[in-house]
Amino acid sequence: MSTSPAAMPAGGAQGRVAFPANWTARLAWIAFGLYVIYAASHLEFTPERVAAGFEHGVKFISRLFPPDLTRFDLLTKGMIESLQIAVIASVLGVLISLPVSLMAARNLMPAWLSWPARLVMVLCRSFHPTIVAIFAVKAVGFGALAGIIALTVASVGFLGKLFTEAIEEISLKQVEAVRATGAPFMSLVNFAVAPQVFARFVGFIAYECDANLRNSTMVGIVGAGGIGGTLFAAFQRFDYDFVCTIVLTIIALIMIGEILTVRIKKIFSV
Amino acid sequence: MSPVTAPTPTGPEQVAARVWERFTPAQRMGRFAVYLGIVIAIIASLRSVEVIPEFLYDAPQQMGDMLSRMWPVALDYYPKGIHEALVDSIHIATLGTLLAVIMAVPIGFLAARNVTQSPVLNLFAKFILVASRSVNTLIWALFFVAVFGPGALAGTLAIAFHSIGFTGKLLGEALEEANRGSIEALEAAGAPLASQILKGYWPQVKPSFWSIVLFRWDINVRESAVLGLVGAGGVGMVLDSAMNLFQWDRVAMVLLAIFAVVIVAEFCTTQIRKRII
Repeated sequence: MSTSPAAMPAGGAQGRVAFPANWTARLAWIAFGLYVIYAASHLEFTPERVAAGFEHGVKFISRLFPPDLTRFDLLTKGMIESLQIAVIASVLGVLISLPVSLMAARNLMPAWLSWPARLVMVLCRSFHPTIVAIFAVKAVGFGALAGIIALTVASVGFLGKLFTEAIEEISLKQVEAVRATGAPFMSLVNFAVAPQVFARFVGFIAYECDANLRNSTMVGIVGAGGIGGTLFAAFQRFDYDFVCTIVLTIIALIMIGEILTVRIKKIFSV
Repeated sequence: MSPVTAPTPTGPEQVAARVWERFTPAQRMGRFAVYLGIVIAIIASLRSVEVIPEFLYDAPQQMGDMLSRMWPVALDYYPKGIHEALVDSIHIATLGTLLAVIMAVPIGFLAARNVTQSPVLNLFAKFILVASRSVNTLIWALFFVAVFGPGALAGTLAIAFHSIGFTGKLLGEALEEANRGSIEALEAAGAPLASQILKGYWPQVKPSFWSIVLFRWDINVRESAVLGLVGAGGVGMVLDSAMNLFQWDRVAMVLLAIFAVVIVAEFCTTQIRKRII
């Protein structure tokens, strides 16, 4: 790029620096560095602790191997329960968040309807699935039902937000065209809204299924069913070789899940 | 779209007789297979899941009981027992995010196919990213509690190791979308790889980098609040002990505090995102 001399700042070409120092950014970095040092010392991250941890770590990793393959029944039972929780919670989450997000879309609904719907989604989203799972266990007892409730709540919060944003971004031309024919509301949704958001919804749902699968392996830690309970028990009994088997199975399952969702997204992204 | 058969019909009768189809038979089969798979999965899950419906009947009663015990909220417990743990949680989230970014950047570069032109290294990096993501934060926390003992160090490492997957994956995708133009210019000038990354890739991925980091920090603030349930430090430990002692009014206070922090964190990230991106 050639700049005419007149357009240059005082000092001419010699005085210019290609990449001038950004002092605000540098000060921010220094402040952040000081914060990191303060926070690390506040949480007592000392080199001795890290060194001692590494020693334990080596011992720990050596106890992980070889993986224990003898307790196959326990493993499959837990994994199947996790899968069931993930499937049912995803379906319920989609079924609930579709109407809720439609109600929350400000371009289609009056404010008195969209605000309560938004509040429901914010409440569902504000607590971590684990905390919801604790309360679900308190309400319906130990087992898969509590996990299903916890993950459904999390799905409604997350999917509802994404669905609402997608619906609010649609072009209103189609909506007006369908409305002009005097179509009832359900036809409006079916023929003006759904075609515009369908592909994006498939992507969101696929993502949420992945997330539910990942979380369904965790809710068991607080007693809400699935492989998490088995894993937590194995940790507490220091059965680290069985822990290794469980974790490897979880990784394999989630990898298969991700490959499947990529395939499904490809099928629907026509 | 179905292939148009030659010769193209021209008369009005032929035009009227043409059958328009949106999808090819293969596409229809694919969609049908997905729907079928979903239905089978739902039926199989519903038929075999071990749910005791009787437990649902007294759920409202149980929840009512719990809520009545939560009221009045133990507001005076906040300065005594919660504040310090809550600040610890935020420290855990921030330091965990920092560590995650430090580890995720090289892996993200390895995973980006246009930066690292070696399928073996790409695959290796992708495997690390998937493995990191698929092990939940709480499970990572169990690992690190076993290694480092209970406390904030285990929590920070758990957050960091779980966040590598998310951060690295999105960073790798941002790098793959980078425009070749400026990088080719640097290559032609004979710039070494470090300069290519610093002056070619970095300015292009900078906005997505910051939005990824902020987004992850926001998630990590939420996650750091529950790490204490497995002994990995932060406000979750206060929550855990209050629940074990059935002090529901304190539980309510902890939940209120977590809720406030989550809202503030979300507000901060949206504000920062508006300013710097």
